[in-house]
Amino acid sequence: MLLKDEVGMLQRVPLFSGIEPTKLKLLAFTSDRVSYSAGQILFRQGDEGDAAYVILSGRADILVDSDSGPIKVAELVPNSIVGEIAILCNSSRTATVRAACPLEALRIRKDHFLRLMKEFPEMTIEMVRVLADRLNHTTADLIDARSAK
Amino acid sequence: MEPSLARYIWTHTKKQQVWILMIVVLSMIPYFMSFDLPKLIVNGPIQGKGFEQPGATQPFMRLHYNLPLIGEVQFFSGFQLDRKETLFALSVVFLLLVIINGLFKLYINTYKGRLGERMLRRIRFDLVDRVLRFPPIYFKRVKSAEVATMVKDEVEPLGGFIGDAFLQPVLLGGQALTAMLFIVVQNFWLGMIAAVIVIIQIVIIPRMRRRLIVLGRQRQLTARALSGRVGEIVDGIGAVHVHDTSNYERADIAARLGLIFRIRFDLYQWKFMVKFLNNFLAQLTPFLFYMIGGYLVIQGRLDVGQLVAVIGAYKDLPGPMKELIDWDQDRQDVQVKYQQVVEQFTVEGLIAPRIGALTIDDPDPMTNPLSAISLSIADDGGAMLLNRISLQVRPGETVALVSTATGGAEALAEAFARLNWPDSGRIASGGIDLLELPEAVTGRRMSYASSDVFLFQASLRDNLLYGLKHAPLTSVPYDGAAADQHRWNIHEARRSGNPDLDIHSDWINYASAGATGPHDLFEAVRRVLDAVVLSRDILDLGLRSSADLTRHTELARRIVELRAALRTRLEHEGLSGLVVPFEPGAYNKEATIGQNLLFGAAAGPELADRALAANPYFASVLRQAGLDRTLYEMGMEIAEQAIELFADLPPDHQFFQQLAFMSAEEIPAYETLLQRLKNRSHEAVSENDRAMIVSLSFAYIEPRHRFGLLSDELMSKIVAARNLFHENLPPELQNAIERYDPAKYIAAATVMDNVLFGRVGNNHPDAPDRIRSIVYDILDELGLYAELLDVGLDFNVGSGGRRLTGGQRQKLDVARALLKRPDFLILNRPLSALDQRMQDKVLRNVLEEARRDGHSPAIVWVVTNPAMAMMFDRVIVFDSGQLVEDGTHETLLAGNGIFKELLS
Repeated sequence: MLLKDEVGMLQRVPLFSGIEPTKLKLLAFTSDRVSYSAGQILFRQGDEGDAAYVILSGRADILVDSDSGPIKVAELVPNSIVGEIAILCNSSRTATVRAACPLEALRIRKDHFLRLMKEFPEMTIEMVRVLADRLNHTTADLIDARSAK
Repeated sequence: MEPSLARYIWTHTKKQQVWILMIVVLSMIPYFMSFDLPKLIVNGPIQGKGFEQPGATQPFMRLHYNLPLIGEVQFFSGFQLDRKETLFALSVVFLLLVIINGLFKLYINTYKGRLGERMLRRIRFDLVDRVLRFPPIYFKRVKSAEVATMVKDEVEPLGGFIGDAFLQPVLLGGQALTAMLFIVVQNFWLGMIAAVIVIIQIVIIPRMRRRLIVLGRQRQLTARALSGRVGEIVDGIGAVHVHDTSNYERADIAARLGLIFRIRFDLYQWKFMVKFLNNFLAQLTPFLFYMIGGYLVIQGRLDVGQLVAVIGAYKDLPGPMKELIDWDQDRQDVQVKYQQVVEQFTVEGLIAPRIGALTIDDPDPMTNPLSAISLSIADDGGAMLLNRISLQVRPGETVALVSTATGGAEALAEAFARLNWPDSGRIASGGIDLLELPEAVTGRRMSYASSDVFLFQASLRDNLLYGLKHAPLTSVPYDGAAADQHRWNIHEARRSGNPDLDIHSDWINYASAGATGPHDLFEAVRRVLDAVVLSRDILDLGLRSSADLTRHTELARRIVELRAALRTRLEHEGLSGLVVPFEPGAYNKEATIGQNLLFGAAAGPELADRALAANPYFASVLRQAGLDRTLYEMGMEIAEQAIELFADLPPDHQFFQQLAFMSAEEIPAYETLLQRLKNRSHEAVSENDRAMIVSLSFAYIEPRHRFGLLSDELMSKIVAARNLFHENLPPELQNAIERYDPAKYIAAATVMDNVLFGRVGNNHPDAPDRIRSIVYDILDELGLYAELLDVGLDFNVGSGGRRLTGGQRQKLDVARALLKRPDFLILNRPLSALDQRMQDKVLRNVLEEARRDGHSPAIVWVVTNPAMAMMFDRVIVFDSGQLVEDGTHETLLAGNGIFKELLS
């Protein structure tokens, strides 16, 4: 997959949809293209967050540690981004991400990501929107959980 | 040191000074003979005096003297020579005299020069010797750069002066006196006039020069301060940038330079003023001769012949006088410099020479306890760091010194290490004051490490073994020219009062590290490095550096085996995809195009980096392989892409780290170049521009940059070009490149590159770490671990050890202290740069390592965290310079003292 294809992929990620293609190309160029085989770990819960990943091809599982071992909480499909929260909050990873099949991804380093947010307010707004959306969902889930009690 | 330079010179060179004076007097004989000879030649054979009769002969070389009482005595009647023969004989004698005079001059100058250089060597050595004996407090006040200029620059002029120190005044004074005497003999009163003027010169000129001396001293002090400041700027460059004070420093330096300029200019003005006056006085005398002498002649009281003789004789007076006065100026100048330096080096409380005397045999172990007796130490400001402390550290016990912020435990540790001298009380070892013990005992039986580490700019190995280099232990056999050189070195060292210790001898005291020689020292080194958890860092350094193949032969010998082992292991673990090996007939996608073309490591500047594209042979290979146009177009494409991506980023943007093709500064140049070349055909582009563009393509790696520029056809063309390149490599480039050969070690490449013999895939983020740990495993399996550690030990730590991290420096310092297996190991917050977990780990290791093989040194450790005290037999707590608690960890915990408070 060449740089220009990656740009096409990035454009389909909601977070980056508002950014001009030339900037996306720069983002793609300065990111590392990484590949994983099935079962390989992208990062582990508790690790320090140093990069975000955009899945280019393949699938990955999001696992959370529990008393009875890791539980799969979600699945990542191409064009999704993962790991950006730990970058933003300077916190450790809240989940483990494991490749479910051979996986290609774009690894965006933390400092590059933050720099992009600073330079492209569209991206920051989009980011806030996604986060707010997630918060909404979480709140709704919480209310459901409380009322179910 | 002697406060007077003349005495210093006389004490050390009196024999030589007398000898050279004698030689000079002796040299006068042929010198005067050569004056007389021209007259003999002209009057005798040329004008024919004494050869009036044809066939007349004259005796040549007749030796006869008129002796009192005995009358004329003839020793040799001489050869009878005719006119022509006499001419030739006398001319040959003249030539001989010229040669003899020249030889005398050569000998005298050489002798004087050597005398001066030897003295200079002696002075410099004396100064450095003193630096080695200064009491510790002195170093808190002096800047190292100032001491260095004193030793190097300020005593330099002394060398030139020393040869002339006594010779010149005697010689010139003699000449001046002779001329003076001649004048007096001709006419008493004219002689008196000359004498008066000379006396005025002698009295006034030196008086005027006093100011010159003052200015000279100022010049020296300001110049020294300048070099001190420059040294400070270099050492503190970080602070300068952090605080944006570079302009403050500029102002300070400019102000200092201004002051130095003023002083120097003042100095010149005075110097030329004095010169003017001196010349004037010298010219005044002939004026008086003409006037007064002429008057006397008119009056008939002096005849013309006498006046002319006096004026003629006076011509010989100003020359020597002037030189004499110049000599005096030199003397004063040098004297001032010397005094200035000596003043700085005259320090009270100099360590006695016997303390640091060379001791070959190892001293007996220190079996007595180390006791502080009523010990008080104040800091420079007079505040008490320790107030009348008494305690005893018994051999073999481990003691933790716990201290509050103002406790003073560090001062105690420094006092044990003799780095801080007691203000009252003392530290004693078995009744002997520690300060009276020779360093041969304290430096070998005790060791010390602190958080404030100093490393020399040398290899890690040299720094680690530094603590073992007490005395030259072997005598090196020299033969042939080296033996002559060695003898000469010893002879000259002795003549200059330098020691003749051989720096090339083996100074390493293997026994104190528990080894018997170089072959098993490594075991000890490895153990201490493991103890301070530094081995891994050094291995990493080893992997990243290129091995010195004269020393590390094993790596090169077994490289094939190593490479094969790595392949097998990678295959075995299913990781073959991680590394793409170099294969002579295949393109390596993970390497750059440049690396694929060259297929070797550049060993010289000719084929390295940017020079590659401009190399005529390389360019011709590209042409032959039909790659020149392709790579040019590729370079253009890369330039376009790079500029499109990066052109509007500020040059300091961190994205530039990702741009391998060009630096941020080069972007504008490439932008204009691109504009210029865009619609031009490949042929129309100049060599230089073409090289600039083509070189961009050399950095291209397809999987990393993903521009889609590499096709199968291009790859096979590149491999063909590679073969072409190596087949016809011209002889002048043979040494500029080491071709990749699966069976050969590449000296110019790092150890890692050699073992890998390929490139790590770009799209495996954790590949480098995984491969590194596999490589360590393999090296260990093949028994090459030690060899790699040794390569790492070659790493140069840089000025003050700054190429290492603070933590690494501290670990190295502890390792160095451990290595000599002391009886008393003093550690003063030695690991403060490490996190607590690492400190605990190293502490545990060090305690264990120090006691290996039944050895049981006393360990005194000033801990950074009271919790560390748990590991020790005994805990001593300090607060406000007082010893407040002393006992085992349990008893102190049981009590409700400061220790418990500190712990919580």
